Amino acid sequence: MSKRLIPALLVCMLLLVACGQAATTQAPVEKTEAPAEETEAPVEETEAPGVQVEVFSWWTGGGEAAGLDEMIKVFGAANADIEFVNSAVAGGAGTNARAVLASRLAAGDPPDSWQAHAGQEIIGTYVAGAQIEPLNDLYESEGWMDVLPDTLIPLISEGDNIYSVPVNIHRANVMWYNPTVVADAGVEIPTTWDEFFTACESIEAADKICLSMGEQWTAMHLMEVVLLGELGADAYNGLWDGTTDWGSDEVTAALETFNEVLGHVNSDASTLTWQDAAQLVANGDAAFNIMGDWVDGYFSGDTTGGNLGLVPGEGYGWAPPPGTDGVFQFLSDSFVLASGAPHPDAALAWLKVCGSKEGQEAFNPVKGSICARTDCDADLFNVYLQSAMEDWATDIVVGSLTHGVTANDSFKDEINTALGLFMGDLDVAAFQEALVAACSSAGPCQ
Amino acid sequence: MTFARRFSRIVLYALLILLSVSYLLPIYLMLVTGLKPFAEVNLQTMWQLPNRIAFDNFLEAFDKLWPHLRNSLFMVLPAALISSMIGSVNGYIFSKWKFRGADLIFTLILFGMFIPYQSILIPLVQFMQFIHLRGTLPGLILVHIIYGIPITSLIFRNYYAQISTEILEAGRIDGAGLIGLYRWIMFPLSIPGFVVVLIWQFTQAYNDFLFAVILTNTAQWPVTVALNNMAGSQIVQWNVQMAGALLAALPTLLVYILLGRFFVRGLMAGALKG
Amino acid sequence: MSAISDRNVPSGLPPSDRSRPHAPRQGRRLAFTIDRILSVLIVLPSILAISIFVYGFIAWSVRVSLSAWTKGLIPNYTYSGLTRYIELLSDRRFGIDMRNTAIFTSLFLVVCLIVGLLLAILLDQRLKGEGFFRSIFLFPMALSFIVTGVAWRWLMNPATGTRISGLNLLFDQLGLDFLISRWHTTPPPWGIAFVVIPAVWQMSGFTMAMYLAGLRGISDDLREAARVDGANEFQLYRYIILPQLQSVTLSAVIVLGHTSLKIFDLIVAISQNDIKLDVPAVYMWRTTFDGSNYSRGAAIGIVMLITVAVLIVPYLISSMRSQEAKL
Repeated sequence: MSKRLIPALLVCMLLLVACGQAATTQAPVEKTEAPAEETEAPVEETEAPGVQVEVFSWWTGGGEAAGLDEMIKVFGAANADIEFVNSAVAGGAGTNARAVLASRLAAGDPPDSWQAHAGQEIIGTYVAGAQIEPLNDLYESEGWMDVLPDTLIPLISEGDNIYSVPVNIHRANVMWYNPTVVADAGVEIPTTWDEFFTACESIEAADKICLSMGEQWTAMHLMEVVLLGELGADAYNGLWDGTTDWGSDEVTAALETFNEVLGHVNSDASTLTWQDAAQLVANGDAAFNIMGDWVDGYFSGDTTGGNLGLVPGEGYGWAPPPGTDGVFQFLSDSFVLASGAPHPDAALAWLKVCGSKEGQEAFNPVKGSICARTDCDADLFNVYLQSAMEDWATDIVVGSLTHGVTANDSFKDEINTALGLFMGDLDVAAFQEALVAACSSAGPCQ
Repeated sequence: MTFARRFSRIVLYALLILLSVSYLLPIYLMLVTGLKPFAEVNLQTMWQLPNRIAFDNFLEAFDKLWPHLRNSLFMVLPAALISSMIGSVNGYIFSKWKFRGADLIFTLILFGMFIPYQSILIPLVQFMQFIHLRGTLPGLILVHIIYGIPITSLIFRNYYAQISTEILEAGRIDGAGLIGLYRWIMFPLSIPGFVVVLIWQFTQAYNDFLFAVILTNTAQWPVTVALNNMAGSQIVQWNVQMAGALLAALPTLLVYILLGRFFVRGLMAGALKG
Repeated sequence: MSAISDRNVPSGLPPSDRSRPHAPRQGRRLAFTIDRILSVLIVLPSILAISIFVYGFIAWSVRVSLSAWTKGLIPNYTYSGLTRYIELLSDRRFGIDMRNTAIFTSLFLVVCLIVGLLLAILLDQRLKGEGFFRSIFLFPMALSFIVTGVAWRWLMNPATGTRISGLNLLFDQLGLDFLISRWHTTPPPWGIAFVVIPAVWQMSGFTMAMYLAGLRGISDDLREAARVDGANEFQLYRYIILPQLQSVTLSAVIVLGHTSLKIFDLIVAISQNDIKLDVPAVYMWRTTFDGSNYSRGAAIGIVMLITVAVLIVPYLISSMRSQEAKL
């Protein structure tokens, strides 16, 4: 028996490897998880090597993946000859996705286009790394300078060159609340942090959580909103260009406030996702939650998609967090063009869709964000998003730290470490010292 | 049977049942959540049975995972088989044909087992790109085989160390050389060792996420990456996710149920003894 | 490789086969030389692969750790000496990481061995349904931490009061209130100790299988002899059986030790980037890919490797010696 076993095993192995290879080469490239599309349009099996465009993102589930699918449909209608390869990789706030992208770029095998947050995440990482191409020609030929807000252009440019196409805008500074809990506790929506602390006393007296929070990145999100509220827009912006001193008394006071705010959050925060934390407000366990406006999509979206199906204004309310009225702290998902993209023309075709009215109107209502363009049809959006569109047009615009606008990766990561250590010991002085050190080692204070 | 003995039996079984229940708690949680419609998924009611059993989660998860489940099998079977073969041959040489310096080389190979994979990702990706195997299943297979060499060689070396050398001696008298001895004598005796190594490598390669996410593209993703991708950064449908996790665990579970007894036997026969 | 000497004869094969009359000496020698070359050739591919994939990559990491590549995607190989290592010495986060690793690894090893041994002894009592129980205890090993991590995060939810859930809720309903815990959110340094629970859950089945195999290898005669001498069951295990399991324990420590290093998914799934539960592998991942600080990431990797080497090299050397001694 053993005589035959070795050859048999070898043949077995070879077969399997061969099968494996065959499977990889023959299997049609996985279209995005858009079952409708797959059933309606069978994958073309043309002999000629079709033109592809490979787009990398971290949109793999929920409204964001559905929104991406809508945009891919728009792309497909205009570019029937180009096969769209959706290389989305999940990972909380794109973490795994970033490791995959970084290693691909290191290996010199970039996707044609990838998702990144507008601002320093793109400028400080990919432009500095000479990984992406300027898009000025595209902006001119498509006339996007006229339809994108003036405040946005400098944030996505380095020198005179524009490097990315923003698809959407999210607002980071929103305070979501449960109207019933707030009314039962007999408090007004606070507009200063002092009012907020007073309100917390009443809410906590009613045995409710005052402010719900989740895992660490949501704490950073809270921190940036508190910094903005306490320092004001100008001084907040100064933190990121070196004109505001991280060691100043104003920053000390703001961090003290942040410390006090942390005293009013749920004790299990580090174990909750942002949805878990938002759900505490929806369920009436907590009064407030400070989180970006993707919460609106979660609250008001259809229950079959895993959302809560609440009525905006009834099941939940929203207000600017204390001290940030009239300021719009934004973040934007954008797409870039890879240097040495394997299919540059197809990539440009994709970017055209990303920046187009049609593409953004297809994507944003599904994703639950507003268009980066100012000419989208407001009727496509729900009542919260309509209010956000108005604010976007009129408010002072500042960038979000947590979501890549204001600080490059290194600086943000150092702040994240400092924050994590602070969450362990709640030592404000040590925290501030670490932030000052971060600014000089990786930030604008170098 | 005396009363004392019967009593101790009852205690024994009670203890085992209690332990089994606690080992199954996380599985119960995954199963129950996997059967719930999303609206019912809630931390406070996680222990409750679903009001309405929703098999659709399993169907949905299966739909999304199936092509990747296939990738996983195409990847894991050759990876486990080839690395077992290599480990077996290496173990044979390092236990029975020690050339000068063999022990040192074996020790150096063994050290490879302890390397933290996260730290070598960048050179790994660059190297795989250099040999044009990044983004292919054979490339992923190769990586699993290579990083499997230390442990498979160790297990087989220890296993073969228990096999009497007299039997080899007899083969040698009959004129068999190095290859002949392996083929006619060692290999047929290796089956219990193979079971242990195959199970170990199958589990490792099948459950691997890190290498897969870094080294493959969408079309070649194994099931672990696809499973992870079912979660977006916004909404995570925990019910579908848990259903998917259970589906993805089926192949390994099957291997354990079918080969479990041989696993213990293989370990008994000397694999993994110090 | 030099010519064959008697010292180099394969272990176990008596060096005296030249005395066998029916083997013509010259032919034996030749065949022997070919086999000797063959033996090296066969392991050569493995040696090459490991040289590149382990030692080559380690060398690359060392180089990066000594460079100034602390920002961005473009490699900056400017030599900057031991700066990164010196920074790590005063890095508070890295200090937490090392403490957490020490707590995690030692607890994981001890608890896993004890639980595994206990399960093995229970299963070794000639039970009905042994296979069933064995499968249950082995089952967790078949699962990937990508999602069991999430299940455990739910189980170890520390909320109390009306929002009580997970194991705490179960304990509450069973009247076992004294067991209610803050789990991994227990203030440092003991939070990390609770992460050991899921890790033990996953790996104790494997330890059980190893010990079970070890127990089965002990002859019944030995047990009977001890019983005849009047040893009770406890004494039997304490003085007769446990000493026989030492080699199994050593192997288990090696396998578990290297697994505990690679438990990265689990920590990430449970800690959610909470620095109180940080370990070096997670820090390295974050600082490299989130912070683009490749040099620091590489330095952390090298420190991890050195730590492992300090622990593991004595074992490797002693097992190498004992192999040589057997010749």
